[in-house]
Amino acid sequence: MKKRDKSVKGALHYYHQSTSGVIGAGLVFFMIPASIFSAFGWLPHNPLDQNIDSILKGPSGKFWFGTDQFGRDIFSRTLDGMRRSLTVSITAVLIAAVLGIILGVMGGYLGKWFDTLITRMSDAVFAFPAILLALAIVSSLGTAWYDTAISIGIVYTPIFIRVSRGPVLSTKEMDYIKGSRILGYSSPRILVKHILPNVLAPIIVQIALSLSWAILTESGLSFLGLGTQPPNASLGLMVSEAQSTAAFAWWTLVFPSLFITVVVVGLNLVGDGLRDALDPARRSS
Amino acid sequence: MQGITRLQRALFSPFVTKTFSIFTTLLGISVFVFIVLRIIPGNTITGSFGIETGVLTPQQISELRHYYGIDQSLIMQYVSWIKSFLSGQLGYSFSTGVSVLKLTKSALPVTIELALIGTILGVIMGIAVGMFSARKPGSFRDFAGQLFGLLALAIPGFVLSTGIVTVMANVFHYFPNGFEYMTPWENPWMNFQQMMFPGLVLGIAVAAPVMRTTRSALLETVDKDFVRTAHGKGVPPRKVALKHVLRNSLIPIVTMTGIQFGYLLGGAVIVEKIFALPGMGRQVLDAITKREYATVQSTVMIFAILFVSVNVLTDLIYRKIDPRIKK
Repeated sequence: MKKRDKSVKGALHYYHQSTSGVIGAGLVFFMIPASIFSAFGWLPHNPLDQNIDSILKGPSGKFWFGTDQFGRDIFSRTLDGMRRSLTVSITAVLIAAVLGIILGVMGGYLGKWFDTLITRMSDAVFAFPAILLALAIVSSLGTAWYDTAISIGIVYTPIFIRVSRGPVLSTKEMDYIKGSRILGYSSPRILVKHILPNVLAPIIVQIALSLSWAILTESGLSFLGLGTQPPNASLGLMVSEAQSTAAFAWWTLVFPSLFITVVVVGLNLVGDGLRDALDPARRSS
Repeated sequence: MQGITRLQRALFSPFVTKTFSIFTTLLGISVFVFIVLRIIPGNTITGSFGIETGVLTPQQISELRHYYGIDQSLIMQYVSWIKSFLSGQLGYSFSTGVSVLKLTKSALPVTIELALIGTILGVIMGIAVGMFSARKPGSFRDFAGQLFGLLALAIPGFVLSTGIVTVMANVFHYFPNGFEYMTPWENPWMNFQQMMFPGLVLGIAVAAPVMRTTRSALLETVDKDFVRTAHGKGVPPRKVALKHVLRNSLIPIVTMTGIQFGYLLGGAVIVEKIFALPGMGRQVLDAITKREYATVQSTVMIFAILFVSVNVLTDLIYRKIDPRIKK
């Protein structure tokens, strides 16, 4: 049997073989230019501009996705909301990943009381439904975008602790780690140079999946009024506002909903693709 | 070597260690809830008075701090919260003085009913679609099944709920949740109608992971020797599918259902709001908007206790369906 190519190029090759991965990447990459455009303000209309003479107009050449109850352009608001959701979610996942990897790897490597403490703590955080915990934290932090990001970050930290701790436990018993210890390498060096690269694969997969959950949690918080505040656009908030208008203006509900769904589907497929590419033993199908 | 005494065996029996670990987890949860809601800047006073806090004299502020008990050390505050939680009243609302127990008594059954309906619907849908998909891996029906799983995972509950409410209320002019909430004892038929759609929304969210787990567990079991043996000795295919394959795939499905129940409680927060159901989710949201931290704290704690109990329950179910796990 041919030896498996473990380089980045090899991983890319395997990723290409995964249909769901390729479709997912397509869906996600479509969102990146959209978010960049809105970050630079390259949108057909200002997402906050109200037009009293074109309230709740259907999709047209001027307003591609129609307008909402204040005559604001839904296309521009959707892209802008998308960018805000992504900013919050990416920050949240970064917080969760960095905190979780540090705690998980240290817990797994150091063991003893420190490991017990970390595991108990993450068990405790795990005992809450994500959105409920995020709600509770946000209610005492505030509703600025970084508050939302911090609370979602805290909620998803235990997942990264679990994902990184497990492989560390099995890796640290391997001969090459014992060897490095005999050679007198310091713990930080062993951790960063020898253990971390070997536990990276499941973490990368987890990042893609967590990002999709973070987007769902963020839009859920915004929907409940505890995320992005009006008049700023956010996908969850747009759906919430559409509750009163969707009956006679379907476009107010359909487009923001569609965008959330497409991104989440895309990220899930990317997660599947990454799993296939990095870890053939745990193929999804 | 010293033999293990009976006392030692009793101390380290699975039952005792399990109970101990539940206890420490709950203790950890309570500390975590407390820290998250109390230490973080912004307190009840700024919370309930908002910008008017500025006009309060230092004297008034310290009186208020004393009144709310936040002039005490954090440890004392924690102890007094736990005391009032354990006293059976679960703490009191600051503004109305109503005990959280009283609120919970009417709210908890609503959420539990909703969660049960959601779980039952989700498990039925998930296992059905999973079996449908696993019948012929790679076929069109497998693709359709997997697409269902993916969409059920990706469409947020609030989008689905808003869509259902809009279509039902405006196209079919049918919206039972517009009326006052009825308990199953007052009006079972009305209660069923009010629970049907929110239960379905939660069920779909549960169905997605259950479907994925069912599918992969079935595909793994189908290749096992005992399945081939069953086919070989002429057991009817339907019986093989249900009695041999499905039964042996149940463990991961039960695990997944147990995990999902927790997320379902979270989903209930949003669904209860949209469908105007007076459950625990609405209790939390109300408490958050009114800045009733004691109520938020205790309600969140009850959610966590529920979740931990479901985990224990899942553990017990394991033993029932898999005689191999006896320890």
